[in-house]
Amino acid sequence: MEILMSFLIGILFMTATYLMLSKSLLRIIIGTGLLSHGAHLLLLTMGGLKRGAAPLLGEKASSYADPLPQALILTAIVISFGVTAFFLVVAYRAYQELGTDNMDRLRGKEGHE
Amino acid sequence: MNNLIILPILIPLITGVVLIFFTKNIMAQRWISAISALLTIVVSFMLANHVYRNGIQTMDLSNWEAPYGITLVSDMLSALLVLTTSIIAFAALFYSFKSIGEARERFFYYPVVNFLIVGVNGAFTTGDIFNLFVFFEVMLMSSYVLIVLGGTKIQLRESIKYILVNVISSALFVIAVAYLYSVVGTLNMAHISVRLSEIGSAGIITVIAVLFLIVFGLKGAIFPLYFWLPGSYYAPPAPVMALFGALLTKVGVYSITRTYTLFFYHDVGYTHQLLQILAVMTIIAGVIGALAYTDIKKIIIYNIIVAVGVILFGVSVLTPESLTGSIFYLIHDMNIKATLFLLIGIIIVITGTSDLEKISGLINRYPALGWTFFIATAALAGIPPLSGFAGKLMVVRSGFETENYIGAFVVLMSSLLVLFSVMRIFIRGFWGTPRAYKNEDKAPVKWLLVAPAILTAFAVLYGFGTEAIYPVISTAAETLANPEIYINAVLKE
Repeated sequence: MEILMSFLIGILFMTATYLMLSKSLLRIIIGTGLLSHGAHLLLLTMGGLKRGAAPLLGEKASSYADPLPQALILTAIVISFGVTAFFLVVAYRAYQELGTDNMDRLRGKEGHE
Repeated sequence: MNNLIILPILIPLITGVVLIFFTKNIMAQRWISAISALLTIVVSFMLANHVYRNGIQTMDLSNWEAPYGITLVSDMLSALLVLTTSIIAFAALFYSFKSIGEARERFFYYPVVNFLIVGVNGAFTTGDIFNLFVFFEVMLMSSYVLIVLGGTKIQLRESIKYILVNVISSALFVIAVAYLYSVVGTLNMAHISVRLSEIGSAGIITVIAVLFLIVFGLKGAIFPLYFWLPGSYYAPPAPVMALFGALLTKVGVYSITRTYTLFFYHDVGYTHQLLQILAVMTIIAGVIGALAYTDIKKIIIYNIIVAVGVILFGVSVLTPESLTGSIFYLIHDMNIKATLFLLIGIIIVITGTSDLEKISGLINRYPALGWTFFIATAALAGIPPLSGFAGKLMVVRSGFETENYIGAFVVLMSSLLVLFSVMRIFIRGFWGTPRAYKNEDKAPVKWLLVAPAILTAFAVLYGFGTEAIYPVISTAAETLANPEIYINAVLKE
């Protein structure tokens, strides 16, 4: 299961990198979304994947899943959700103001303003 | 257990929340934020004093004992940095009252500054690696708003790049924490340190160390990762620039210092060598940038990068003296960078441009501004007896003692070039024939000069009082040099 997850995470990172290297701003934002998905899955996998038990019920529990990675990715998901929403709004506003979503034209050289 | 620790985080947080309800009443916003900033200074001074007298203070949130819950830890270093942050925040707020403009004030400028302070103070205080991530995000989220607030074209363009870089670095932070957690199975920083010393040296730990260096290096602007900084910091207005330049990069530097002295000090052959090389390259890259531009904002922005290099060089040498020097220099640099950004803000208000070619003869009409700027530049370059001297002296001396001749030499030479780069602003901008500027008479120069003048006075006092401050700083360095002190205070073994 860990191997499968590693492949999945790798594919997510690969796609995210590809998207973030493109010129279109929207693709870049989707790329950041995929990147954080990959990071969250990595966090979950790194805590160790187990089956068939709830997170720690009482001291005598014989098997239990580690609740900490779950709490961590919950926090990380919420944060990345907020950041992505903000990023989309800024990107839209920038598109309205600057009239382009092409990163090549947003370099800030002479004549681009 | 000491509740004083959380107050520098809690006061700005509550202020920020309250201020959201007063967006239309600007006077109320100004008064409330000024009072709360003063209160934060008082509280953080009490905290620093308490830590100095009674050793490291800890606070277990919700009474979950370390290492199970989130612990806030205030050692001398973090208490000093929180105190410096509070003072700079007050200065920047005071300066904003007459310079930031009503439009920004109406659109949540003061609440967001308060949230930024929450993030910065939290990052300095927390003793939990994931909580550090959360406070980083609080700080970054506020900085995204501050950098774009106003919505001018250059701000929108640069904020996109700034957000993108920081989103990527946040994802890397999560990844680094994930790796670390899989190796040590804990998030409490003191506990991580204990577990890592049980493991000893292993390849995976070096990987994690380098990953953390990349994450914090992106925020702290070290050599190959500083590319985003000159563009992004150029966009926002002066008080925001002062907050960013003085606080945000320093949080990255603090995090590198903390992790490289508390976690990764067992096998220093690779990691600290790498840190040292990068620090030296950072200094060189910063100096080149500072010399290359004739734009006053760009010159000071590149000087941030130089300072980051100097501080990290001291950290990478890793002797008690070099750490003392680094902390001396870190606090000096936070103060002086805020001062310089506020001062060039005044120049920009007067002249309406940041291009050095179009400015000259300012000292004729503004002698107070001219001399404050002169003292600040001298302090930045580390001319004795001003504030930059003691820190740099200790860093350079310990560099030579440990036979890191190249690094120490570069630090030494950088002081000269830094002095040249900022003195250029003084010579070309303040001397020469006076010119007439368009909006000159409307500029509230006297009011604006108060905050940087106070900070410059601090720089002078910090320099002259080095002997008095030395025991406090060396206590901070002692904790960094002996991680056991930190660990024992948190885990109470």
